[in-house]
Amino acid sequence: MRGIWVVFKRELAAYFATPLAYVFIVIYLALAGALTFYVGGFFERGQADLEPFFVFHPWLYLFLVPAIAMRLWAEERRTGTLELLMTLPLTTGQAVLGKFLAAWVFTGIALALTFPMWLTVEYLGDPDNGVIAAGYLGSWLMAGAFIAIGACASALTKNQVIAFVLGAAASFVFLMSGVDLVLAPLRGLVSPLVLDLVASFSFISHFQLLMKGIVSLSTLVFLVAVMVVGLVVNSLIVELKKVG
Amino acid sequence: MQREMVVLDRLSKRFGPVVAVEEVSFRVGSGEVLGFLGPNGAGKTTTMRMLTGFVPPTSGRASVLGFDVVASPLEVKRRIGYLPEGAPLYGDMTVQGFLRFVAEVRGFSGRERERRVAEAVERTALKEVLPQPIDTLSKGFKRRVGIAQAILHDPPVLVMDEPTDGLDPNQKYEVRRLIRDMAADKAIIISTHILEEVEAVCSRAVIIARGRVVADETPDALRRRSRWHNAVRITLDRQGVERLLEGVRGLAGVAAAEVIRETDGLAEVAVFARNGDDILGAVRARLEALASPVREVTVERGRLDEVFRELTTGRT
Repeated sequence: MRGIWVVFKRELAAYFATPLAYVFIVIYLALAGALTFYVGGFFERGQADLEPFFVFHPWLYLFLVPAIAMRLWAEERRTGTLELLMTLPLTTGQAVLGKFLAAWVFTGIALALTFPMWLTVEYLGDPDNGVIAAGYLGSWLMAGAFIAIGACASALTKNQVIAFVLGAAASFVFLMSGVDLVLAPLRGLVSPLVLDLVASFSFISHFQLLMKGIVSLSTLVFLVAVMVVGLVVNSLIVELKKVG
Repeated sequence: MQREMVVLDRLSKRFGPVVAVEEVSFRVGSGEVLGFLGPNGAGKTTTMRMLTGFVPPTSGRASVLGFDVVASPLEVKRRIGYLPEGAPLYGDMTVQGFLRFVAEVRGFSGRERERRVAEAVERTALKEVLPQPIDTLSKGFKRRVGIAQAILHDPPVLVMDEPTDGLDPNQKYEVRRLIRDMAADKAIIISTHILEEVEAVCSRAVIIARGRVVADETPDALRRRSRWHNAVRITLDRQGVERLLEGVRGLAGVAAAEVIRETDGLAEVAVFARNGDDILGAVRARLEALASPVREVTVERGRLDEVFRELTTGRT
């Protein structure tokens, strides 16, 4: 536990030691707000809920979260600090978890800063706060799953740009696995069972449920499982590919 | 050798078809400073990375105070202070923040953490740069920060990969003094390709070439391998040279005598000893008989660079 906490503290502080954190938060808030009001038709809908706000989150995360995750390991590889970190008395698991949690909490901070959205609907009407809470929970869990994927991509390379592109591409596949773009090429190649399995990996379908206030066990298990598998793969990559 | 603290037993590492380290074995005891020498690419860094648990060995074993690097990596890492090659550091942290981070990972907190950091800072003279981001420091300061994090927990075993690489002569002197100061109760391994460093701080030298150990002995023993060991170097007027050469070549214990340098009016002659025998007395007797002015007589201890070249390339 202690090792995880020490790594977590360092990593979280590292975000704020560079302009990255502030740039990310500002852009995230600006985009989330602009999309909600201009594209989502927040006012025009005349409903006191946050659906037009949450509906864009998967797309925002698609390119913003890989930007958060890309430095986690690639930076350590590039500067050689990976050798320093891995020769301190820490297990790979502690380092992986500490870094992941730092990135996840960081996106949590950014997400929490969207609270004026909630205040707005609260002021304008009488929203169902349970639905909003489910939406926030879903959004944060989804961010965690994207980070786990992005962290794996980051562990593969010492180049942050490559880490970003790999992370965004892998996230895109997960995001879109419910739509025909991904399913069509597979249709006929694999059994319907596998097809259903692939379709069930879609972040969007899971997130839409949460956004509408439906907190189902399968969705929670799915998102947590993506994170767990992502972190295990991340540990394996770090273990196996230390040099180069 | 006192208590054995580090044992490497036929340690090997292959990267695909490339053999980086092949059956390297040596032991280091408390109080020893082992100079780990070899040309670039000989496998020094890879050996150190296996010892510190960064890369797993392909075969063979290594242990630190009885703990195997593969079976109990955390126990090993707790007992080692390691300065990796190039002293990588988190550049965005301040010196203080970074040292606190390392102290916390090492299990110190509160007052104990501050005490450890203060002590390491004191030993490496980093006080003036404590609040500065590491990125803004000069190379010498960065190296000292790397050393400070390695000695913070007062480890029984210290492994440093080229600790003085890229430092100016004053900084090199400081780092070597620090190493000597700590040597008494630790086992220290430093890799280097600077031979003067071996003379300055090491009690023993292991030389590797192409992944294999080619020598494991004290610097003095290494020097004895040199043809310059106990050679007598004489600077004298040129007209005396021929007679001197004739005179010494017949002597028992003399392997060869040759002119190594000639400048206006003066010549430098080297008389090499056979098997490193002490030939000074005999050569001096000949010089006195010579009756021509002699400017300088020096007995050589042996040249490490020559031995090093011979061992690592197979040539002289």
